[in-house]
Formats: sequence, C-alpha cells, structure tokens
Amino acid sequence: MNWASFYTVVSGVNRHSTGIGRIWLSVIFIFRILVLVVAAESVWGDEKSQFTCNTQQPGCNSVCYDQFFPISHIRLWALQLILVSTPALLVAMHVAHRRHIDQKILKLSGRGGAKDLEQVKTQKFKITGGLWWTYMISIIFRIIFEVAFLYIFYLIYPGFKMVRLVKCDSYPCPNTVDCFVSRPTEKTIFTVFMLAVSGVCVLLNIAEVLYLVGKACARSCQDSNPEPRGAWISNKFLYKVNEPNQIKSLFQGSPIVTAAYCNHSQ
Amino acid sequence: MSWGTLYTQLGGVNKHSTSLGKIWLSVLFIFRVTILVLAAESVWGDEQSDFTCNTQQPGCKNVCYDHFFPVSHIRLWCLQLIFVSTPALLVAMHVAYRKRGEKKDIIASQGERSKTNDLESLKKKRLHITGPLWWTYTCSLFFRLVFEAGFMYALYYVYNGFQMPRLVKCEQWPCPNKVDCFISRPTEKTVFTIFMVASSATCMVLNVAELVYLIIKALMRCSAKSPPA
Repeated sequence: MNWASFYTVVSGVNRHSTGIGRIWLSVIFIFRILVLVVAAESVWGDEKSQFTCNTQQPGCNSVCYDQFFPISHIRLWALQLILVSTPALLVAMHVAHRRHIDQKILKLSGRGGAKDLEQVKTQKFKITGGLWWTYMISIIFRIIFEVAFLYIFYLIYPGFKMVRLVKCDSYPCPNTVDCFVSRPTEKTIFTVFMLAVSGVCVLLNIAEVLYLVGKACARSCQDSNPEPRGAWISNKFLYKVNEPNQIKSLFQGSPIVTAAYCNHSQ
Repeated sequence: MSWGTLYTQLGGVNKHSTSLGKIWLSVLFIFRVTILVLAAESVWGDEQSDFTCNTQQPGCKNVCYDHFFPVSHIRLWCLQLIFVSTPALLVAMHVAYRKRGEKKDIIASQGERSKTNDLESLKKKRLHITGPLWWTYTCSLFFRLVFEAGFMYALYYVYNGFQMPRLVKCEQWPCPNKVDCFISRPTEKTVFTIFMVASSATCMVLNVAELVYLIIKALMRCSAKSPPA
C-alpha cells in the first residue's frame, strides 16, 4: 500500500463529484501528496540525525529531540491527507449501494441482460436525494478533519516558523543545553506552503457546500411537483405518481409484466 | 504518488496540444524530471552530511548550512516542475467540459438511438484549439512562462548566480568568530545547475514559440473569415 494505490482508490470517486470536487482532488494530489513525497520528505529526512546538541552527554540528543518534536511534521501531514481523503469513500459506498439496488431491480424485472447490467455499472449518478446528503456529510467531515489538524499543528508547533535553536534542560542533559535544528529555513518554507494549500482546500470545500446548497434550493424552487418517496427508484421506470398498484407489486416481488412499465414517452 | 503519476496525468493532455506543446512535454520529462530523479538527487544527496566547517563548535555546521542554503536546489526544481506542469491541467479540464457538453448534445439529439460508436469516437476525438479553448490554452502557456521565469529568478536571487562556491565564510552564532565551511561536490553541482537552467530556458523558448504560433494561427483564421475589403 502506498500513495499510488491510495490515489487509485480515491480518484475512483471523481466521477460522481462536482466540478469543484474534482479541482479539490487535483489540488490534494498535486500540491499536497506529490509535494510531500518528492520534496518535503527529503527535507525532513535527516531531522533526527542532524539534530545537534552542544554536549557530549549520551542520551541528551535523543531526549531533547523527543521533547521538541513529539510528532514530525511529515507524519502529521500524512495522517491529515489520509483522513481528509477518506470521507470521499462514503460517497463511493453509497453509489455502489445504489448500483446494487439498480441491478437487483433490473434482474427482478427480467431485464437483467449483461448489457443492461454493464450500463448500470458505468452509469453516472446525479447528486440528488440520499446521495446529496451523503455527499454533504462527506464534505463536512473533510472540513472538520482539515481544521482539526490545522489546530493540532498549531498546538504542537505554535507559529509557523521553525526555530534554529532550542534550549533543552531535560534529564540527562546537564543544566541547559543548546540544540540546533537541521534546515530550519527550508522547513519553514515547506510548512507555510503546506498550510497555505490546506487553507485553499478548506475554501474549496466551503465553496462546494455552498454550491450544493444553492443547487438544491434552485431545484426545490423549480420543482412544482413534490417528489414521492423512493423517487429515484420510481424515476428509473418513470412511474406515474397516481399508480400505487404497480409500485406495490414491485415491492411484493411478483414478476413485473412489461405492460406494467410506464410509457417512456413521459 | 510520484513523477510517474504526474506524467500519466499530463500525457492525457498531450493529445490536444500543438506539436510544440508535445515537444515541450518531452523536454520536460526527459531532460528535467528524469535527470532530476536519476542524477541530480544523488549529487545533492549528501549536501548537509558532507558540509564541513572548520570548527568543533556543536551547532555551527547546522546554522551555517541553513544560512547559506535556505532552500535546496533540488526542492526548488521539484516545486518548479510541479508548478510548471499544472497549467496543462486547466486545458484538460476545459476539454473534459467541452466533451461533456457535446456528449449531452448527442444524447439529446439522438436520444435512445445514440450509438455507442458515436460516444466512443467523441471520447477519442481531438479538439481543435479554437474559441474559448484557445484562450484557456494561451492562459496556460502564459502561466507556464510566469512560473518558469519566477523560479529561475528565485534560484538566481537565493544563490547569487548559478555557480556553486567551494568555500563559504560563516560568522553566525554559535560559530566562534569567522569559520570556513566547505561545500560537498561544488563542480558537479555547478554542472547540473547549468544543465537544469539551460533546459528551463529551452522550455521557455518553446513556450514563447508556441504562444507566437497560436497567435499567428488565430490572426490567420480571423483574416480568412472576414472577407477582404
């Protein structure tokens, strides 16, 4: 398992995302994961080996490093990226569930040919109904995780600047000892960069929430007919709202006669 | 996630590029990304561990290294390559948007009878760079130029030129007085710096040529459309 397989898993969700969602995904993969892997990891690569303390006391170096860097920036960012990308899988699960139901309906109705099932597999779903709520929840979780990690980052490393020198007086260091951090300026540059891109991602997520809410409001204003329950199922067969018997027979599992289908010209 | 994934993403855009754009992409990936990964990274690999200062004062080496190398060449080049490759994705997004519109048109006009052949051929169709796509493409070229020039200037500014000195004199605290510090592999680093700068300049020239070509093509199209007075 590596970032490449993670990328394959998460980018599968791309098909059902909005335009803003796709931009967000590209920003995550190009400006955060790619930069992390090709650049940032080598900057932090020698953070412990080149952390030097002005003492010959054995153990002082390790203890001071541990005190000032409880968790490395790189690990925090990796965790952040994994947690932030994962809510998209909620959407993937919902879509898979819907496809499964669709295929079941097709099979029940006797239209379960290989071609029809294939069509269901590749069908793109619109973000309406239950899927809209799942999508919204996934975006809200994304925002919560991003902000939580930004806050944790601020708690552990207040300020964005990496200091050159830290003064350490933990046992076994004698009195107070000067310890020098490796590549502080380069680390500051990358920290600021990663935090800025994180901020951009939060803004994109907020924009996506507003876009979805706006679209839903516009849809409900345009829709004069109230949607019946199980609307997405009835939309498949274009059932009339005033034909409850056909819907009843569908759910009772009795074989659906072709004549029972509503005319597609509706 | 690595350069390979970025290459796959950009390779898809290649279909809708001009010939100069295709040459640019090849130069980018062969002369810059591959050289960076296969050669430059090993030259700069021991930049800090082999940076030696003429002192036993603990911490002096770290501080002097940080003072003279605020950001490593390798990281600057990685960021430059990422930023320079990204505007091509604008074009990819525009093409995807256009194809989606055309697909909707096909389905709307032919309805149930829309053949899979038509949709498949739409997927493989190469779009001509006209209309709004021309503007998107030109903007992406412009951004590429801006990023290339920006990063080249940043490299020149941070390191006062493209040559790597053998020796730097450091008087940052906690170094006692003035201390001589020696850089590892300065000549090899200078050679690769000049190589990368030259490739970057070549890419800029290709971008400018592509921009001029697109403008001339657009002007020719305009003059062909409007009847002569």
